[in-house]
Amino acid sequence: MQLTRRNVLGLTAGAAAFAMAGGRFSPALASAEDAEKMVMDFTGGVTPGEGKVSLNTPEIAENGNTVPVSVTVESAMEGDDLVESVIIFADGNPNPAVATFHFTEMSGEALATTRIRLAKTQNVIAVAKMKDGSVFMDKKEVKVTIGGCGG
Amino acid sequence: MASKPRIKVPKSASAGEVITIKTLISHEMESGQRKDKDGNPIPRQIINKFTCTFEGQMVFECDLDPAVSANPYFEFNAKVPSSGTFKFTWLDDDGSVYEAEAPIEVK
Amino acid sequence: MKRLLIAGVVLAATFAGAGPVLADPVDDTLEIDGTPIITRTAAPEGHPFDELYSGWLFRESETRDLSRDSFENPGMIAVEDGEALWNTVMGTEGKSCATCHEDAAVSMKGVGAKFPKWDADSQKPINVELQINKCLTEQMGAEALPFNKGGQQELTAYIKHQSLGLPVEMDLSQGDMQSWWEKGKDVYYTRTGQLNLACASCHETAMGKMIRADHLSQGQVNGFPTYRLKSGLTSLHQRFRGCIRDTRAEQPKAFSDDLMALETYVTWRGTGLSVETPSVRQ
Repeated sequence: MQLTRRNVLGLTAGAAAFAMAGGRFSPALASAEDAEKMVMDFTGGVTPGEGKVSLNTPEIAENGNTVPVSVTVESAMEGDDLVESVIIFADGNPNPAVATFHFTEMSGEALATTRIRLAKTQNVIAVAKMKDGSVFMDKKEVKVTIGGCGG
Repeated sequence: MASKPRIKVPKSASAGEVITIKTLISHEMESGQRKDKDGNPIPRQIINKFTCTFEGQMVFECDLDPAVSANPYFEFNAKVPSSGTFKFTWLDDDGSVYEAEAPIEVK
Repeated sequence: MKRLLIAGVVLAATFAGAGPVLADPVDDTLEIDGTPIITRTAAPEGHPFDELYSGWLFRESETRDLSRDSFENPGMIAVEDGEALWNTVMGTEGKSCATCHEDAAVSMKGVGAKFPKWDADSQKPINVELQINKCLTEQMGAEALPFNKGGQQELTAYIKHQSLGLPVEMDLSQGDMQSWWEKGKDVYYTRTGQLNLACASCHETAMGKMIRADHLSQGQVNGFPTYRLKSGLTSLHQRFRGCIRDTRAEQPKAFSDDLMALETYVTWRGTGLSVETPSVRQ
């Protein structure tokens, strides 16, 4: 690829920003209400309780393109004490859905780590659905910084 | 996309032990939110599902949205009941399926 | 809380407007799969700094962690792709890199720590990318790889990775290396672009400070090609060009005399730091 300035700008904007709000193209960012609605869709209308699920995110993400996120849920992972799934939302992204993890007894522990894209400073939300129908939530704010060098 | 997936599974474990598995695959995870230099939208193309099974039994599964970073990375745990083989699959929006497997021995 | 405060200041700051925000390199040590990495060392004689710091020490802990474990380092995908290329026959002579050089772990060990070197044929310094091209055209009957294409970055990353942990140690006594070093020094200290910045403005004078949220490092090159969280695998000359673009100057071509001189000089500025390829940066 010929690295013209235009080219580079386009590419980095696309790569870095994924959806830099206020850029040349700014897809509508989700509102916290959208994310809340998606949480309720996932839980089937049950308001999630606190505890059990814990989300581990950096306080400050060095680059919004690759933000490590871990989630763990307290559970024996046997019989009825089983985590079925954990959904991750980012309430400030163009689309709040990030990923859904599904666990089984064979998982041994309800634990997962991945790397995600965050368009701006926002909340990352994890909602865990247990086999007995109970749901739990954790929420962490991640600050996404703006690089000084060309964005 | 030529690269083979990278997987990290211990070679052996004791029966019933919970082990940690790591996987990494080379993929752009084109979000569908970007435009090319002429202003045309670049269509979404992502890995949309990742699955890990052990001897046919589901261990861990993930539905991915475009907010998962390029070169999707997963770390998760698995209980090892016996010697056997872990199988991993990644499903691409374009219908491609990438596969890998790793044996484990119970001592 | 301290981090939050720093972030607040950083977000409010602009490079031009705010006073200096000091943020020193962290006190941390790096081992990659058991290989100790020299991330701080005494500078060679004649160096403007007393102590040299790898860019690793200027990154946040999550980014630093990605470097520690070669499995978690996304740059290692490129190294594996490079390994496949190493063993691929290219060109009319029916040779792969491995045909002559066999096991890269043996034959390429140290190479990444010693380039750029003097190339008597071209009477210029040669880097790993151009050495690959030289092999391709002169030994293998293949076409030279264009900048950043055809696996050039991957092969370079694979070759340099064989020197992981070894200290950078260029030989400036070869050929005319010393005058290219001088030329590179000129490039380093010459202000360019609408922003009127030299390499030294950020990486020497303002080292350790913040440009908005970017923590300015010494601009060491011991980890290239590097995996940037922002844009994936990034070659040294791509990074040079990116920096120069950010000063709003005309970008010299990759492998041009100016950038080869700069590579020679900047590599020397990292003398004694370990090769970290592929490092992980923001």
